[in-house]
Amino acid sequence: MADEAEDAILAYLKDNDEISNSAKFAQDFGFGHDEIVNVIRRLHGFRFVDAQDIRRERWVLTEEGKTYAAVGSPEFQLFSTVPPEGIAREELQKKLDPAVYKIGCQQAIKNKWVEMAKTHVSRKVQHADDIVKNLLLRIQNDEAVNQEDIDALKRRKLIIQQVWKGNSVRKGPEYAPKRKRAATDLTRENLQRGDWKELEFKEYNFSAKGLPVRRQVQTIFLNMGFEEMPTNNYVESSFWNFDALFQPQQHPARDSHDTFFLKVPYSTKMLPEDYVERVKEIHESGGYQSRGYGYDWKREEANKNLLRTHTTAVSSRMLYALAQKPFAPKKYYSIDRVFRNEAVDRTHLAEFHQIEGLICDRGLTLGDLIGVLHDFFSRLGMSKLRFKPAYNPYTEPSMEIFSYHEGFKKWVEVGNSGMFRPEMLLPMGLPEDVRVIAWGLSLERPTMILYGIDNIRDLFGPKVDLGLIKRNPICRLGL
Amino acid sequence: MPTVSVGRDRLFESLGCTYTDEEFDELCFQFGIELDDITTEKAIQRKEKHLEEEGVEDDGETIYKIEVPANRYDLLCLEGLAQALRIFNGLDPIPTYKVANIGKESMLEMCVKTETSKIRPYVVCAVLRGVTFDEAKYNSFIELQDRLHQNICRRRTLVAIGTHDLDTIEGPFTYEALPPAEINFVPLKQTRNFRADELMEFYKSDLKLKKFLHIIENSPVYPVIYDCKRTVLSLPPIINGAHSAISLKTKNVFIECTATDLTKANIVLNTMVTMFSMYCERKFEVEPVKVTYPDGKSYVCPDLSIYNMNVPLSYITGIIGVQLPEDKVASLLHKMQLRAEKSVSEDKEVKFVVSVPPTRSDVLHPCDVAEDVAIAYGYNEIPKRKPASLNPLPLSQFSDLIRTEIAMTGYTEVLTWILCSKKEIFSMLNREEDNSAVTIADSRTSEFEVVRPSLMPGLLRTVGHNKDHPKPIKIFEVGDIVLLDDTNDVGAVNRRHLAALYCGANSGFELIHGLVDKIMEATGTNFVSPGNSTGYYIEKSEEPAFLQGRQASVIYGGKRIGTFGIVHPKVLKEYDIPDVCSFLELDMQSCL
Repeated sequence: MADEAEDAILAYLKDNDEISNSAKFAQDFGFGHDEIVNVIRRLHGFRFVDAQDIRRERWVLTEEGKTYAAVGSPEFQLFSTVPPEGIAREELQKKLDPAVYKIGCQQAIKNKWVEMAKTHVSRKVQHADDIVKNLLLRIQNDEAVNQEDIDALKRRKLIIQQVWKGNSVRKGPEYAPKRKRAATDLTRENLQRGDWKELEFKEYNFSAKGLPVRRQVQTIFLNMGFEEMPTNNYVESSFWNFDALFQPQQHPARDSHDTFFLKVPYSTKMLPEDYVERVKEIHESGGYQSRGYGYDWKREEANKNLLRTHTTAVSSRMLYALAQKPFAPKKYYSIDRVFRNEAVDRTHLAEFHQIEGLICDRGLTLGDLIGVLHDFFSRLGMSKLRFKPAYNPYTEPSMEIFSYHEGFKKWVEVGNSGMFRPEMLLPMGLPEDVRVIAWGLSLERPTMILYGIDNIRDLFGPKVDLGLIKRNPICRLGL
Repeated sequence: MPTVSVGRDRLFESLGCTYTDEEFDELCFQFGIELDDITTEKAIQRKEKHLEEEGVEDDGETIYKIEVPANRYDLLCLEGLAQALRIFNGLDPIPTYKVANIGKESMLEMCVKTETSKIRPYVVCAVLRGVTFDEAKYNSFIELQDRLHQNICRRRTLVAIGTHDLDTIEGPFTYEALPPAEINFVPLKQTRNFRADELMEFYKSDLKLKKFLHIIENSPVYPVIYDCKRTVLSLPPIINGAHSAISLKTKNVFIECTATDLTKANIVLNTMVTMFSMYCERKFEVEPVKVTYPDGKSYVCPDLSIYNMNVPLSYITGIIGVQLPEDKVASLLHKMQLRAEKSVSEDKEVKFVVSVPPTRSDVLHPCDVAEDVAIAYGYNEIPKRKPASLNPLPLSQFSDLIRTEIAMTGYTEVLTWILCSKKEIFSMLNREEDNSAVTIADSRTSEFEVVRPSLMPGLLRTVGHNKDHPKPIKIFEVGDIVLLDDTNDVGAVNRRHLAALYCGANSGFELIHGLVDKIMEATGTNFVSPGNSTGYYIEKSEEPAFLQGRQASVIYGGKRIGTFGIVHPKVLKEYDIPDVCSFLELDMQSCL
């Protein structure tokens, strides 16, 4: 039965542009409306058709309303029963149905149609129109009725609102006049019956999807000779996330408004004590030619655990580890989840993926950083770059990276970069002429730009549109 | 980043030049600030009152909203912005700020009482003499205080600024801390006297001030500043007295900054006085105030001295990567308000003595000087260089292999939140609540309370949100979960998990079971008989999230590494899923 409905819809769309109303279609072709709606949903899922929801609110007559529409309203029945010369009350009551009499009296008096004396009922007007009946008939025929009358009828419970949901349907991108059930396997029966020629195989999924840009970025880093940092530690101490990066303890980013601090486990138990001492020193009173921030550095603040706000927390651990050995140049990268205590909306997420790259070597310059950024971003298909001075507590110089977006015809910010401050590197124990150039961006940003997605939640999180993920072709970026 | 709103026409007048919006945007880009929005006073008001845009004809003055770097307090007002850009454009010399030369004996004095150390120990002060305000300057003066309070003062917790008409009060002043009941005065904008504790109660309904009350509310003593006639100047960090309020007519301004952080108090005071000393009778001159602490030590503030920094030329050019002659570097520094004197040391190394003015508290280290040279030179003029090999981590490589393997069997990869609510990981999964999860202290989003200890809630939610998707739904996720772990420094540790879910008209239990075998096969693990620890085997399990009798554990190397089964109908109901689901979760790190 469902197959018949499906065939009927597809066949109709072959010769017609649109099924404007699923209910009418169901009626015309002798199907139940629920069934048609289910089939439309399925076809929509397979993209054979594009279905639009239609929602209509209409008024329908209640049982009482229907009776009045047929035989006239009680007040009119009552009025008609009263002869021009009047009638005894008892007489009138006998002539009418008790319900009609009761309602009719109230309404006819309200309308000033009749006068009810103690025993006698007489007409006050010579002629009356059955307005209620007319209104009910108009509603029955779907004609427009003004709001005042609607309200009056609603109060008398003669009409009730009905919400009707249905679909309008057009051809979808995969439209075909008949849908072949996609087969997932070829069976012996198919071969014996010889129907294998008719089978349409479900497309086989050969590659991992989801966030294909991640894979691409990873390949770019590997091709550029970078080594991956171990980022599988979401829980981090404030020390590695902030203090080691020369980010002062009163910095706004360290507010609970911006960072997820933890109740359990509340604080960290182990930090390298001699290094902690040097970090405290540089924050409080400077050193290594720096003036420092001049405030009381608190150990409790550094011990507080949090969900890392950037993967640079991992970079600080890695650079510290590097400084404990004889110096060798390194190129590191990571792509992993970071957390910000933000309200989630179209462009903001409380969790996102950060891409980070850093190069640690003697005598690096801003020219090197600009060179590497051009190399990296051109592999992502963004070759027109420019740089804006910016502020970041742990890099100096700092540069925001802008890329020219041909579609938007404007410069779009795509990432941040800079050289780590000596106040961060020297307390770790790195040699004085070693510089670290680094850059970071969110994975979501290039993905949104490359796929033209404007709501980040379509891509990520439980409200993801599974259809959208499946449709995306494997990402091909410039390389 | 703080945003500063300035009237475009006034700004251009100060800059001595008009720009198109695009030209000004470009200037900002070069200098490192950002023209965030172009609007009008009336448009802002409409927005605040949520009114419709209607008949936008004459909206009055155009307002530029400019984003400035968070460490450049000197750019938080029109005066500072205009001055910085004028110097950047080569129009003005670098101003020299002076503390008026008056003897210590004729200086105004502020005496600090011992009790202040219990609540807000520091105060710094200064006087601006012969100021001429007009409405625009006056508003800018007030707005600068607001912006400083918002930013460096951390909503008045670290520093609070009070400004007073000096001609209404008389020194010497005292900075005290008294029990609230002993403080009595008429606060700003009020007409009657309040006792300090009543006042705090009164302000609980004041939208602007109530957020500052917590700073002193629970202290037995409140900080207060008096003049010699016991007139209350202010009850920092809450409110000033009405008596000494400044107005358009004020000529001599007394500024006090009380603080818990002395470094920041000095920066705030310096920012206030340097920015507005340009309107003083003697331009750029500030009158000092002597602050005496209970130990008898006294300090003269403000400290407008220059900080000298020795920076070798080679350090600057080494960072930028461009060989620049010394004169060029000196003139570039000048554009950024840094005076540089050349000095050649004995070993012939060219060095600069760079004078950091009191307005540039952001310059901490020679690297900040190098950055200013790079900005003045132009980031986009620096030629590219290519700096003078290796493998991904085994865990990532392994994860990718598994991803490809699962995707080839027709499963779609999803990424779900790592954060979730307690309910989702306990009651909705038919589990008893315990303290086994990493818990967030103060989340802005109520659904984020804990870090997921399992991938199950994320996948179930994804199915719940995709009810209309054609069945069967086959999805998987490879991602980290977090467990409490005392052996790690921070007390928690990530584990890489794999989860897969089948949802359709029938349970797909065998399919999920088959997937387990396929994954284990792909990792090169053998199926062995129960009890054997060289490979993996399947064992009946009793997990409340799964249907009884239709669930099993995967045992590998003698350890339980995962569970699969038909999701319990109660759980399906909680996640609003009308169809049957089978689910698998494995700890992949154990297979590595």
